[in-house]
Amino acid sequence: MERAPKPGKDVPPKKDKRQAKRKKPRRYWEEDTAPTTDRACPGPPRNKKRNQELRPQKPKNTHILKKPRISKKPQVPKKLRKRTNPEPERNLSGAQDPFPGPAPVPVEVVQKFCRIDKSKKIPHSKSKTRNRLEVAEAEEEETSVKAARSELLLAEEPGFLEGENGEDTAKILQADIVEAVDIASAAKHFDLNLRQFGPYRLNYSRTGRHLAFGGSRGHVAALDWVTKRLMCEINVMEAVRDIRFLHSEALLAVAQNRWLHIYDNQGIELHCIRRCDRVTRLEFLPFHFLLATASETGFLTYLDVSVGKIVAALNARAGRLGVMTQNPYNAVIHLGHSNGTVSLWSPAMKEPLAKILCHRGGVRAVTVDSTGTYMATSGLDHQLKIFDLRGTFQPLSARTLPQGAGHLAFSQRGLLVAGMGDVVNIWAGQGQAGPPSLEQLYLTHRLSGPVHGLQFCPFEDVLGVGHSGGVTSMLVPGAAEPNFDGLDSNPYRSRKQRQEWEVKALLEKVPAELICLDPRALAEVDVISLEQEKKERIERLGYDPEAKTPFQPKPKQKGRSSTASLVKRKRKVMDEEHREKVRQSFEQQKQHKQKKTKPFGAWPSALDRFVR
Amino acid sequence: MTADRAAESLLALSQQEELVDLPKDYPLSASEDEGDSDEERKHQKLLEAISSLGGKNRRKLAERSEASLKVSEFNVSSEGSGEKLVLADLLEPVKTSSSLATVKKQLNRVKSKKTLELPLNKEEVERIHREIAFNNTSQVLSKWDPIVLKNRQAEQLVFPVEKEQPAFAPIEHVLSGWKARTPLEQEIFNLLHKNKQPVTDPLLTPVEKASLKAMSLEEAKMRRAELQRARALQSYYEARARREKKIKSKKYHRVVKKAKAKQALKEFEHLQKVDPTAALEELEKIEKARMMERMSLKHQNSGKWAKSKAIMAKYDLEARQAMQEQLAKNKELTQKLQAASESEEEEGGTEVEELVLDAVNEAQMNADGLNPWMLRSCTSDAKEGEIQEDPEQLPEPLAHNVSESEDERPVTEEEIVLKEFEKRRSLRKRSELNQDAELRGSQETKDSTSQEVLFELRTLSQKFKESHQSRKQKASSMETVPQVQREEPAPEEEEPLLLQRPERVQTLEELEELEKEGCFQNKELPRPMLEGHRLKKNPNNQTDAPKKKRKEQMIDLKNLLTTKSPSVKSLAVPTIEELEDEVERDQKQMIKEAFAGDDVIRDFLKEKREAVEASKPQDVDLTLPGWGEWGGVGLKPSAKKRRRFLIKAPEGPPRKDKNLPNVIINEKRNIHAAAHQVRVLPYPFTHYRQFERTIQTPIGSTWNTQRAFQKLTTPKIVTKAGHIIKPIKAEDVGYRSSSRSDLSIIQGNPIRLSAHHKKQLKKNSID
Repeated sequence: MERAPKPGKDVPPKKDKRQAKRKKPRRYWEEDTAPTTDRACPGPPRNKKRNQELRPQKPKNTHILKKPRISKKPQVPKKLRKRTNPEPERNLSGAQDPFPGPAPVPVEVVQKFCRIDKSKKIPHSKSKTRNRLEVAEAEEEETSVKAARSELLLAEEPGFLEGENGEDTAKILQADIVEAVDIASAAKHFDLNLRQFGPYRLNYSRTGRHLAFGGSRGHVAALDWVTKRLMCEINVMEAVRDIRFLHSEALLAVAQNRWLHIYDNQGIELHCIRRCDRVTRLEFLPFHFLLATASETGFLTYLDVSVGKIVAALNARAGRLGVMTQNPYNAVIHLGHSNGTVSLWSPAMKEPLAKILCHRGGVRAVTVDSTGTYMATSGLDHQLKIFDLRGTFQPLSARTLPQGAGHLAFSQRGLLVAGMGDVVNIWAGQGQAGPPSLEQLYLTHRLSGPVHGLQFCPFEDVLGVGHSGGVTSMLVPGAAEPNFDGLDSNPYRSRKQRQEWEVKALLEKVPAELICLDPRALAEVDVISLEQEKKERIERLGYDPEAKTPFQPKPKQKGRSSTASLVKRKRKVMDEEHREKVRQSFEQQKQHKQKKTKPFGAWPSALDRFVR
Repeated sequence: MTADRAAESLLALSQQEELVDLPKDYPLSASEDEGDSDEERKHQKLLEAISSLGGKNRRKLAERSEASLKVSEFNVSSEGSGEKLVLADLLEPVKTSSSLATVKKQLNRVKSKKTLELPLNKEEVERIHREIAFNNTSQVLSKWDPIVLKNRQAEQLVFPVEKEQPAFAPIEHVLSGWKARTPLEQEIFNLLHKNKQPVTDPLLTPVEKASLKAMSLEEAKMRRAELQRARALQSYYEARARREKKIKSKKYHRVVKKAKAKQALKEFEHLQKVDPTAALEELEKIEKARMMERMSLKHQNSGKWAKSKAIMAKYDLEARQAMQEQLAKNKELTQKLQAASESEEEEGGTEVEELVLDAVNEAQMNADGLNPWMLRSCTSDAKEGEIQEDPEQLPEPLAHNVSESEDERPVTEEEIVLKEFEKRRSLRKRSELNQDAELRGSQETKDSTSQEVLFELRTLSQKFKESHQSRKQKASSMETVPQVQREEPAPEEEEPLLLQRPERVQTLEELEELEKEGCFQNKELPRPMLEGHRLKKNPNNQTDAPKKKRKEQMIDLKNLLTTKSPSVKSLAVPTIEELEDEVERDQKQMIKEAFAGDDVIRDFLKEKREAVEASKPQDVDLTLPGWGEWGGVGLKPSAKKRRRFLIKAPEGPPRKDKNLPNVIINEKRNIHAAAHQVRVLPYPFTHYRQFERTIQTPIGSTWNTQRAFQKLTTPKIVTKAGHIIKPIKAEDVGYRSSSRSDLSIIQGNPIRLSAHHKKQLKKNSID
């Protein structure tokens, strides 16, 4: 994972400098060899900076941790520790641990992993309940501390691009970047010159290792773009509208002119899905194993690729669907429509979860960032807008572009790219969490043809651009997440690892009906009445499982099974049931009255329950 | 008569009864000598009259009118005195009699005692018993409360309950309390003492201590790590070997054998270059193998197996092949060595070598001790193959032989030849050194220098007299020479390479440039318009554009390693921003015009209104037209009536998009997702918020570290398979074992209680 550093002309690489400066780490056993003056004061070690941090004491034997493990007050003087621990533990060698106890963890990092929402007030609880709540809180703290500790393992740092004393980064060319970075990173910038088969759509696999692209004149290819090893290259002899990897790089969905086809990484056609016809856009939801297809006919179809079933086919009722994206946070599909609205869809609902009016003209492109916080849209009115998706759906910033962006994409770290004609513009946010600021351009690049597809490569500072002249992979420092989850999306995984991951991912597949706007809402208790529950159950199942089957008279012989007698018998049973019902209701009324009239005087005895 | 008797007996019986009864309730009083009462008398009279009626056994009792001694002993009558008789009055005159003391005592006791209360009801007694028993038991059991609480709150319970391991005592402590008893132990101890092995405290001998001191901690650690590594490697190797040995696949073994053979060949070749003596040894080995092969009949197809195969060979292709293989093997093994290639020969040394070889051969011919045939074959092999770049590759003994032979033979022309060779050799060596010093000058200079050195050396070498030792020394020195010699050609070869390489690279680059240019020309074709467009925008870009393009070199994997990316100084950015400001206003205007027709916003608002209406809860209208007023076609129930019978639906919660004009949020519940939500609160929780708090932290491994995940998903109870889980005992928890008796009581109690219950139940059933 090579990051592209700033293109400095004569500055040696940072790494070497750092290594040269770094002193040999001091080991605990080296104290024996240290000068005697060091031994003279065995109490607190010298390092003042370290001393300032409060080290939590060893947890006592109680199962509930009373003391927080987080160092909340870093300014607490050392005396406190000294008092509580007058005799520092010495190990066998006689050396003393200069940093006893577990290492302190910064509060902000721990806060990041805390998930219990304490803003909601809870009523006063009994001791037993309180005990459970305390246990839950202690557990949360412990796990979040552990998670914060493991942050240490995320060794990689994101790349960045800085202009020299006020230089505009937008003026830095790809060639400059390529020249500045190391060879391995420089090799990630390449251009595939494919003029013959028209504008290309492209897609990176989830690990960021593989790239598939399909030209609108039928050229489909998949390759391991890091090593440039071609996996397959075919011509499907049909217009290719969109291309997408399924859960792994072994399967490839191609939206062709007529139907949706699925190929494997050898280029062998595995399936032709005729129920998804005239598909314009594809989107794959990796945790649900759903392939969402938007078609010219106006249908949004969800195909479960793990079982090959169509989960839902929703009619958007908005004409041709040509703009689609997914929200990676909650797996909601965003569709852009020609009336300037963006609708949000879930397979469980027949209607859109929400509809947002974004532009005066039709929507040309939509994209959602990886945290699901921001949505960027561009419309025919040449506007580029960024919306807040956290409940309000209000535009945060907007900008008019000369041509209007035809394609948009967010990177993992929140960089926004817009393809306008044959130019690609990239905006970056100020901080990590904020939306990209549209005032300042971060990078720009001109391609040899109009842009047709855009995607940032996951875990690599690379932007893939499909255009009419082929495919370009350009370097965008700081675009991708530097640390990947080796268990989830490992770019370096072997075949065996991939297979194993596949099985695990299938086991952890999330049901399609769980897709909703706020996924955290699933962890809430559903407070509905019993009646409503019953009603919903009937609606969900499509029938009433507790309903009594209507009486069907048995056929009888010797002319007693005439239609009239059958009706009569039916009527008889019905009347009987009716009578029974009436009787019951009468009795109920009577009881009700009795209950009402019963005086409240005497307390019921505990033994009343035995009265028969 | 009989009646009389009966009456009498009846009376006696009654009296007797009284007698029996008396001592129970009242202390017996011996002095009942009071006069008869009237009633008594009357009674007596009556009795007499009755008895007189019978006639015969008439007992006449004299009637008494005064106090007499004859007093009925059974009755005390208080006749005469108006007041009641008090017991004390009765006792007073008989104070002295000792027999009455006990009676008095008893009386006192009776007096002091209150009247006894009625015994309690049986049920009540039982209840009290139960209560007491319950209290006792609960008191006994209450000591388990903390344990029960602890177990309930424990994160994990492990069964069977294991006792805690006692802390490990240091070995010194263990040893100090131990004494040698048996003769064997004593003997061992004696040995230890002899070696000054301290038994108790430091556990180290003085020697060991010294060594420890000598070796620093780090060194020791390093050494230990080294040893560990070696051990680990060994174990790996062993394991691997074992595993490979187990493989039964013939094909695998064949492949392995082949690979080994190949490897050996390679090594041999390498050895030839690096260490010729060792190579020669190898060669000898091969020679020996050949010898063995020739001696044996192993692969001659004469064995039992081969014969059987020979019969089969006619029909079976495989058998035939196997036989062929055997023969081929034999051939291969018996073949004389001709391994080395001609290419390895050296230009410079060939003639010399040949000369030397001749000499050596002759020497060997004369040599004795070794098998002459063997020797011949060996040398001839070498000669034929010309593997040996130098005669020095010959083993020591040969050299020795040579020297020996010299002694015998007169110093003849051979001697001269050898000398010359020697000279040349040393000369070459010198020249080599010179070359190094001169940093590899041109060929000509080298030659000249070598000529000079040669001359010098010749003069020098004249001084040398050939002797045993000197010869030997030279032989040894000569051994070092070939290495240098062999290195010699390498730089010569490299030189042209070095010279060539830049050229080649240049050409490559040129080629690329050419390609690029062609490519760019191609590129230029499709977008002349674009270029023109840009020309208008900023003319200064015009000159840069083609240049820039050339600089924009895409890195190919091919030329990645050979070429450097050229430095780019001139920067030109596709300038969009400048353009923006100018055109922005125009465009806005244009857009406004373009979208003047379709009013997107109004459509959206309409849609929203509809959605809001649809989601509103519906009112229920219960008006029946025609009730209480005229009905019919065209007649509507009055507004008042409608208002009266309209049941208004309760106002729902406010819509989420109430204040968001550009958004329609669907208010419908996702019932499929809701089916997965929790709807029933578990036990200790009383409010759903409380429960929500406990389930907000995810426990999956996706969100947690491995340790945290394992901790969050530990089972509440862990049991060992195949182990009996015994009920908890007081000792297990640290209570005294005496409390067990309490437990037994507890265990006994319920049984007793249950017995009571049974009794009661029986009674109830009888009743």
